Amino acid sequence: MPAFELPTVDFSKPLPSRDGTRLIQFREALREAMSEEMRRDPRVFLMGEEVAEYHGAYKVSQGMLEEFGPKRIIDSPISENGFAGMAVGAAMYGLRPIIEFMSWSFSLVAADPILNNVPKMLYMSGGQWGCPVVFRGNDGAGGQLGSTHSWCVEGLYANVPGVKIVIPSNPYDAKGLLKTAIRDDDPVFFLESERMLGDKAHVPEEEYYIPFGQARVAREGDDCTLVSFGRPVNFCLEAAAELENDRISVDVLDMRTIRPLDIDSILTSLRKTNRLVVVDQCWPFASIASEVVTQVCERGFDWLDTPPVRVNTEDVPTPYAKGLEYAYLPNKDKIAAAVRKTLG
Amino acid sequence: MTQAHAPTPAPSPAKPDSPRAASRRRMAEQLPDATLIKWLRDMFLIREFENRTAQAYQQARIGGFCHLYTGQEAVAVGTINALQPDDPIVHAYRDHGHALARGMDPRACMAEMFGRASGCAKGKGGSMHMFDKPHWFFGGHGIVGAQTPLGTGLAFAAKYECEVLGKSLPNPGVLDGQPPKKKVALAFLGDGALNQGALHEAMNLAGLYSIPVIYIVENNGYSMGTAIHRGTTMAHDLMAKARAYGIEGRVIDGFDVMELYDHFKPLVDACREEQRPAFVDLKTYRYLGHSMSDPQKYRTKDEVDQFKAKDSIDCMAAYLMGERVDAAGKPSLSQDQFQEMQEEVRALVRDSVEFAENSPVPDPAELYSDVFVNPQPNLSPTAEYVKGARNPLL
Repeated sequence: MPAFELPTVDFSKPLPSRDGTRLIQFREALREAMSEEMRRDPRVFLMGEEVAEYHGAYKVSQGMLEEFGPKRIIDSPISENGFAGMAVGAAMYGLRPIIEFMSWSFSLVAADPILNNVPKMLYMSGGQWGCPVVFRGNDGAGGQLGSTHSWCVEGLYANVPGVKIVIPSNPYDAKGLLKTAIRDDDPVFFLESERMLGDKAHVPEEEYYIPFGQARVAREGDDCTLVSFGRPVNFCLEAAAELENDRISVDVLDMRTIRPLDIDSILTSLRKTNRLVVVDQCWPFASIASEVVTQVCERGFDWLDTPPVRVNTEDVPTPYAKGLEYAYLPNKDKIAAAVRKTLG
Repeated sequence: MTQAHAPTPAPSPAKPDSPRAASRRRMAEQLPDATLIKWLRDMFLIREFENRTAQAYQQARIGGFCHLYTGQEAVAVGTINALQPDDPIVHAYRDHGHALARGMDPRACMAEMFGRASGCAKGKGGSMHMFDKPHWFFGGHGIVGAQTPLGTGLAFAAKYECEVLGKSLPNPGVLDGQPPKKKVALAFLGDGALNQGALHEAMNLAGLYSIPVIYIVENNGYSMGTAIHRGTTMAHDLMAKARAYGIEGRVIDGFDVMELYDHFKPLVDACREEQRPAFVDLKTYRYLGHSMSDPQKYRTKDEVDQFKAKDSIDCMAAYLMGERVDAAGKPSLSQDQFQEMQEEVRALVRDSVEFAENSPVPDPAELYSDVFVNPQPNLSPTAEYVKGARNPLL
């Protein structure tokens, strides 16, 4: 096999069980994914603010400097525009950069490289150069960080063709999806949540890759389809448990990736429940929820018994005060109310 | 604008017999006749190519924005010829000249502007986005300054290839498993990009990590219609920008291609050897407007004429046909040979226009190709992405 070529990932292999006792944190799952791929492929390197000597601003990359050394675990200055652009050049040359944004909120100052270069390079060059970079970091509000540090960028960035967008809700998926992201030949925006980095779940020892574009049925029910992705999936599960007390059962679909969007799984569920609620931590206007509802109307209108309902963050800048922030975000009460609304 | 605000014209070329000329031209002079004649030919090719481009643009056969390189030819030819063929290059949007100097087929370049399937980017890039992978030409980039972090990344990767990988990545011309070479990347920019944050972040990173990239400011004195001192602090001493990032800076005259080479080649060699960056204020001048739509109210005709008087092509032709003689006193290039060369180039450029004109427009299906390397279902609510046709350059 030629130098640096890797065997194609076999997605037909069944995924290992999610049940088990190897409980690790979300951040550790991310670290395992990166470390495993870095051991396999010397072209992969990690760069970002505080990823090396500080062990990661959120300790995601703890210990990686010791294992891989400073030439592959690279502390960058606070210079997103610069190092995101560098990653583009490095990827065009043939490396496989992982770029950590301490927060996706900070990616806004790198908008030009990540929106003008990354998704368009293959097209603009007439197929000569792709741009296989994984950009990853914390996305979304929830830690009282105020308006500037609480961005949910998926609503903005999903508008741009040419990138794949991944948004896991739990450690198991985080690991399998990040490994797939690193192996993918296209650019991937990988959205984590600072609020979930300490969440623990069983992550199997054996290696696995989760394919993009396949939603997970996180809970099964008959009365309504709850569609979500990222952290709010967990709020959906809380709401579903509460609704069960009132004998309302819901399908909870964890989309896992936004682009590709597994609309087929949504439609399959809708044929059973005939009701739809989309829960999205972006603002409502031109959001992912809008997109899901539109696609459902286009392709599954006849299966809807009642108008679809979306639960987004409130359409205001992110507030600081704890109570206001809670009221701003999707939560189990809002979700449960939305489900009840679809049931009349 | 007053003459006092205009960029200072560089001194006219030294007299052939002056000791200054002898020392200045030492390095380039030692190159074989064929090399120097090729440089003259390439500069002339760019000039002719841009003339034809302007014509086609005026006839509305080329669309969009179009920025011509006329007047600056010596910069692309003098710098790019100081590189190895597998050193990476990235550029801004005034990019036809660099693509040609690097070896891009004029047909592919012209066809790209005509929006044809045979263009270097299959008609998806246009004038501002020339890409040529086999020649290590990483584009043509439309956003001012945005290409400078890319150039830094290219050089970073080349250094990583040496320091971490220990063998070459599978790039054009590379044999599998071949040991890596020390490289230098060139990141070209205009003086307008001096004020973009991207450049300053790139230079800081290059200084910090000691990345072998050379930022070449093609300082033609104007950022569109804004004279450099009206938009840039320390315009009289751009080396201040390099010093701020701990990067070696050089001011180089960009009119005499041989003098340019003499100053630039040692810098390339040093950056390659020491694997570190540099910054060059390359004084040049564009004869035409910023783009095809520029009425040039911001400068005088006199100013333009002053620069035209020391035209790099004229100077080089005069040198090869007069000053440079063999032991028998025969010049390196005869009038007839020069005439022949001009005819050859004109025919080549005419051919590129004909080729472009006769090339098919892109297949409508190409609209949906080259969006993803690895297309999969449900990436879009409306588009079905497909694998693209093979790029004509690959």
